[in-house]
Amino acid sequence: MNSNSGAILGLTMLAGCLTAPPAYAEDAPANCEVRPYLLASESPLPKVADAVKNGRPLDILVVGSRSSTIGTSNALDASAYPGRLQAVLREKLPSVVVNVSLELQIKKTAEEAAGDFVKLLEGKKPVLVVWQTGTVDAMRSIDPDDFRVAVDEGVAALQNAGVDVILMNPQYSPRTETMISAAPYLDNMRVVAQEHDVPLFDRFAIMSYWNDTGDFDLFSASRGLELAKRVHDCLGRALSQFVVNAAHIGPAQQN
Amino acid sequence: MTSIADRIAGPPLAGEAEAPPREAAVAPAESAPAILFPAGGERELRLDLFRGLALWLIFIDHLPPNLLTWFTIRNYGFSDATEIFIFISGYTAAFVYGRAMLESGFVVATARILRRVWQIYVAHVFLFTIFLAEISYVATSFENPLYSEEMGIMDFLKQPDVTIVQALLLRFRPVNMDVLPLYIVLMFFLPLVLWLMKWRADVALALSVALYAVTWQYDLYLTAYPNGFWAFNPFAWQLLFVFGAWCALGGAKRMSRILSSRITLWISFAYLFAAFCVTLTWYWPQLNHLMPRRLEQWMYPINKTDLDVLRFAHFLALAAVTVHFLSRDWPGLKSPWLRPLILCGQHSLEIFCLGVFLAFAGHFLLAEISGGAGMHFVISISGILIMCAAAWLFSWYKRVADKNATRTKGIGGNADMAGGGA
Repeated sequence: MNSNSGAILGLTMLAGCLTAPPAYAEDAPANCEVRPYLLASESPLPKVADAVKNGRPLDILVVGSRSSTIGTSNALDASAYPGRLQAVLREKLPSVVVNVSLELQIKKTAEEAAGDFVKLLEGKKPVLVVWQTGTVDAMRSIDPDDFRVAVDEGVAALQNAGVDVILMNPQYSPRTETMISAAPYLDNMRVVAQEHDVPLFDRFAIMSYWNDTGDFDLFSASRGLELAKRVHDCLGRALSQFVVNAAHIGPAQQN
Repeated sequence: MTSIADRIAGPPLAGEAEAPPREAAVAPAESAPAILFPAGGERELRLDLFRGLALWLIFIDHLPPNLLTWFTIRNYGFSDATEIFIFISGYTAAFVYGRAMLESGFVVATARILRRVWQIYVAHVFLFTIFLAEISYVATSFENPLYSEEMGIMDFLKQPDVTIVQALLLRFRPVNMDVLPLYIVLMFFLPLVLWLMKWRADVALALSVALYAVTWQYDLYLTAYPNGFWAFNPFAWQLLFVFGAWCALGGAKRMSRILSSRITLWISFAYLFAAFCVTLTWYWPQLNHLMPRRLEQWMYPINKTDLDVLRFAHFLALAAVTVHFLSRDWPGLKSPWLRPLILCGQHSLEIFCLGVFLAFAGHFLLAEISGGAGMHFVISISGILIMCAAAWLFSWYKRVADKNATRTKGIGGNADMAGGGA
């Protein structure tokens, strides 16, 4: 019924004179700024930091549902956010080999996706897993408590396998707001992130902010790929900055 | 200093004040009614006022977030307009049908309650029809590749037969259409609640609390179609409804000493302030590091589906403070400025449905005309104005109809008639 995080703009307007002028994320194009707190996390990414420090390859695995791609194939689509993440991180960290791969879990709930984690990590040994989840659960109105348990167990499995984890929540989708209630799933993902001390990439709040500021008209019924590509480009940039911030990668290691 | 007792009792007639509910049950004909009505058939305008307010807030909360969203109470504490709506609904329903039960007996009162349930059901089905139209439109006209996943939600349109039957069974309930099914279930069990209350009001309340506790302990819920559960769990939310009924049937009066004490007031303030501080961290995540981790782990998530104790307590604190500072004879209640709110509260079912419809319509307009924040604001304000105009029209019609039907009325009175003196 509600989306708390959606109205950051309103808050900013009301409290305009109380807050400091926003500092913007570096090298994001002017049309998709992200408020810095959305790109900061108190939870660390020690394995990523370690890999970057020691010049080891930085293998990142994105596990996500359909909204992690623009097309439908499992191959890394250069224009979707995982592909953009790889490109931008390579730019930012020239001294490190960055590889992003994608594991699509189309139409799978958190519970179903988490069931594959052990097997998935046997084959690959990434440093960081970005787990995008919540959308399918919200669409199927899975009991939020069950959802929380599933995410909790999934994160625990990933951590036990020795990888860093970033959780990514659903997209902000104003057209389907009257049909999909995202709020309980957003809340529960935040809870799990806190409990396991893993960074949460708040895709919902970020996109909702873009929609509020008019950077993107996410209500748009456009059938073209252009909007989707631009949004994914911005998400990829924001996510790369988020990784850099959470891993506390100093300017010396960045380009 | 005023107490919540004023809320229903008004200046009680001599001898009425202490009559316990069961006396009335034993000898309804002679003894003074246990249920106290405002003297002179005067409406309890505070109930109307706050129900009207709840309806406005629910409407605003159903629209996509915009500037006005910042005026809704859910941003300043744990509870929101739903709590107010359900509590006042329980209060007024018990008030009106409780009196009917005393005057005409269990069977007649039950029949009238069921008639009301039917009205709410029809209203729900009507809203569902509009919802179907809206999303069928969205499904056929919207193909943004960014959201191809989210569009999967329309899959149920492929099976309209099943979907519609499930909707009629109240099992398929789209987002924003959860309140009426809850209301239907609660009203359906109202005869039982009233009957218990007439016997022993405190036992009824205790049973309600027990059911709430059992719900939390054993995770009772109602399933929904195609999967999931009811977004407002009736097993848990009945607590607010029954508590409202209990207050209406004399509980408030008996609580008046607790409610008027300074300690209660300060505890309420302290709790509201603490809740406010917690909510601040939701909107300024920069402040999050000030929150003790242990508190967060204990507190989150605050469960709306099962009416979290924190939400219930927040509502109680709000109610205690409100009753303390807003007496029933506050002159402002008669002011023309609050008139629109009160009118809306007096026609709650109609205005609620209109609000849901307007929220759908507003959504549609926002989708078609990308007008940004300005358009958003205009839509919200126009929605509220339309709700007020409709409420005014309903009152006017009711006045005219009542005038025409002078002295022939024997029935009438529904849960909208808070105050009972219609």
